[in-house]
Amino acid sequence: MARIVGIDLGTTNSLIAYMDGKTPTVVPGRNGRTMVPSVVAMTDNGLIVGDAAKEHLVRNPERTIYSVKRFMGKGLADVQSEVPYFPYTLQEQGGVIRIRIGDKSYSPPQISAMILKELKQRAEAHLGESITKAVITVPAYFNDSQRQATKDAGMIAGLEVLRIINEPTAASLAYGLQERTQGTIAVYDLGGGTFDISILKLKNGIFEVLATNGDTHLGGDDLDRTIGDLFAKDIQEQYGIDINLHGDDMQSLRLEAERAKIRLSDDLKTSVTLNLPDGKSQYRRELTRDQLEELTLPLIERSLGPCRLALKDAGLTPADIDEVVLVGGSTRMPLVRQCVEGLFGKPPHSNLNPDEVVALGAAVQADILSGGTTDMLLLDVTPLSLGIETMGGVVSSLIRRNTTIPTSAKEMFTTYVDGQTSVDIHILQGERELARDNRSLARFQLKMPPLPAGVPRIEVTFLIDANGILNVSARDVRTGATQSVAVKPSYGLSDDEVEKMIGESFKFAAEDFKARQLIEARNEAEAILHATKKALGQGAHLLTGDDLAAIKSALTALDGARSTEDHKLIRTRIQDVEKVTHDFAELLMDTSLKEALQNKSLSEMTEPSEKA
Amino acid sequence: MARSMCWHCQSEVAGEYFCERCVKVQPLSKEQDYFTCLGLPRLLTIDATGLENKFYEMSRSFHPDFYQTKTDTERTISLGNSALLNTAYRTLKDPIQRAEYLVRLEAGAVKEIRNQPPADLFEEILSLQDDLEEFRAADGQPSADLTALRTKLQTDREALERRQQDMESRLFDLFETWDRLQRQFEPTEAIRAKKESVLKEMRELLSNRTYVRNIINDLVATVG
Ligand SMILES: Nc1ncnc2c1ncn2[C@@H]1O[C@H](COP(=O)(O)OP(=O)(O)OP(=O)(O)O)[C@@H](O)[C@H]1O
Ligand SMILES: [Mg+2]
Repeated sequence: MARIVGIDLGTTNSLIAYMDGKTPTVVPGRNGRTMVPSVVAMTDNGLIVGDAAKEHLVRNPERTIYSVKRFMGKGLADVQSEVPYFPYTLQEQGGVIRIRIGDKSYSPPQISAMILKELKQRAEAHLGESITKAVITVPAYFNDSQRQATKDAGMIAGLEVLRIINEPTAASLAYGLQERTQGTIAVYDLGGGTFDISILKLKNGIFEVLATNGDTHLGGDDLDRTIGDLFAKDIQEQYGIDINLHGDDMQSLRLEAERAKIRLSDDLKTSVTLNLPDGKSQYRRELTRDQLEELTLPLIERSLGPCRLALKDAGLTPADIDEVVLVGGSTRMPLVRQCVEGLFGKPPHSNLNPDEVVALGAAVQADILSGGTTDMLLLDVTPLSLGIETMGGVVSSLIRRNTTIPTSAKEMFTTYVDGQTSVDIHILQGERELARDNRSLARFQLKMPPLPAGVPRIEVTFLIDANGILNVSARDVRTGATQSVAVKPSYGLSDDEVEKMIGESFKFAAEDFKARQLIEARNEAEAILHATKKALGQGAHLLTGDDLAAIKSALTALDGARSTEDHKLIRTRIQDVEKVTHDFAELLMDTSLKEALQNKSLSEMTEPSEKA
Repeated sequence: MARSMCWHCQSEVAGEYFCERCVKVQPLSKEQDYFTCLGLPRLLTIDATGLENKFYEMSRSFHPDFYQTKTDTERTISLGNSALLNTAYRTLKDPIQRAEYLVRLEAGAVKEIRNQPPADLFEEILSLQDDLEEFRAADGQPSADLTALRTKLQTDREALERRQQDMESRLFDLFETWDRLQRQFEPTEAIRAKKESVLKEMRELLSNRTYVRNIINDLVATVG
């Protein structure tokens, strides 16, 4: 069987992992980093994903998409309160959000597919084989639409998604493999965009999820916003500038807020600087860890409610939990650890790398599916109750939340009027009693034989498969005939739309490959031109006239090549520039290193060390 | 055990999970009850660890994870079997659900267990619901009356909780009676009649218990 990879498709960072013998391993990028920022930039030179795209957040805010996971399986109304924070334009079509870039619009699964493709290519380059099958992780608290959207993204990226698996349970697989523990564990996963809590029982290789809960809109992004809002208020008060009117500066502010937050996980105070849109002022302030904690405590405490509910559903008390495992970048915050310890009454386990553990677990699950690992088995649950709307808008529950999957429920339908030929069925997900308070999943029309009222008997089976995704089938009990059910998702792409997007992505695949090489070459050319010109500005005086002339002519040649369609030519010209600037670079390195060292000692004299 | 044919090689199978000849997975019969599914006699006292081990063992036989590389038919069977197994386990694991299931299984025509208030509490519950309505209508506007009402409702809740506990312990006593009767090799008419009356009492207890439980939940949600 072809290799199956495991993918952690995160709000902020994505990773791809595989099984190297018996060891799950994350594929590193060329720069050695295992995380690919989940950022997609549509530049004039083409599509860029990951670290390089992150640079465009500030340069190119309207055309650089981040945190797209927050929009998966959602309609515009669901994210209304967040819209002001995103510099790109959001629209809606057929119940699905579309991101507008120039004259094109993209659905969230299409953007996610771009990230998946990047990961796929990374793994293909690393493993030297083509990758077509994957296990992709989702937050445990993702509903049906969000799971389906993730599956669609995989298909658009040319991946057969063999399994959608929950992030905290994936983490537990990696944890269980490494620690060989038995007992009851709680996995607390606070990432960039989502929060999950899962409670599992580990026994003889079986990983049984007892309960799960969460908040698909709570993560590091929300902390950054709270911090950013504070800065924005300061700026408004001190300079009368509304930073939210300036897309690029808004991005700088957001990134600066995030960096400050991250620094405060190690330090007790930090300073923040931001160049303001008026082009002359600079905003500066100091932020202490205490201030950060006061600001973010309400958000972090919001994660404790779901923890208590999960414990309750599992029929356990905090004392029953043998080990608390932390997952996700945001659990590096001391305040998070403190709150978790407060709730469970024991210090959380943190021997695992919280960034990689989900991807590693996905690789383990992939290995189980391919028949490699046979001693481990994950028994997961559905996070939300499933029901159908009955008379008066009340929900009749079919499958309770925290039911082990796969699971199915049958319901019998009949007619109320003689000769009635169809019955409309509305499927919902959620815990509330009234249909309108729950999440509409899908609608379908059941065909009825034209008979007197009450005579037709159509049995509908609602099956939640091992991916946590609903499948509906119907059977006429009187004739035994099965009926195909065309379920129309309330917040998702139709099969036809996905089909079309896959088609497009294949059509472009061949072009993509060529285009990609050209794009990469052009980007590199641009970077090197920019860097060399900057270096010349600083250190032309260090060069002899001949050397300077050689460099200038190489630059002109590269600049010329850049506008051709020939990526090989561009590469050759890049090499030429590199050759003639080699000595210059070293020369500069020495001087700038010296300067940097001088600066450092200077700053150390003025600013005492802030390490805790 | 009902005999049937292997869907794949047509040799005879008699309830084995895998055909003895071609080793293909076999569908669990849709007609079999949850006790049979989990290899248990129709008794109400169940050893939790034993049940769990059996569930894990069967999950290892049927879970879709182990059928990814198999044919479509085998994958469909694995999905159906797992779904049935999960429902069976969930139902039997919990003593209340287990008793409800047994009562319905043993009942002839009337499978539904209706939620009804305990007869002796009928009046009391009616007035309690009035109080609850009044409390809700006050919409949290503080007053001396409201405080008194809250205290009263809290006392009522405690009383109902005690009642629920009493009903449950009576139910668990009946578990033992049922199991004893069920173990009789040759059930006489008297034993059969006794079993009927045990089932009837359990049905009533279960119906009252759910009713009381719902009111307690209402009280907790409104009064705290
Ligand atoms: N040292 C740190 N202190 C505080 N926060 C941190 C630290 N390091 C990373 N983070 C935050 O963690 C978040 C990213 O975590 P992670 O990579 O686990 O998220 P993700 O997997 O992309 O998101 P999700 O799981 O929600 O989809 C970001 O918000 C980042 O700011
Ligand atoms: Mg994550």
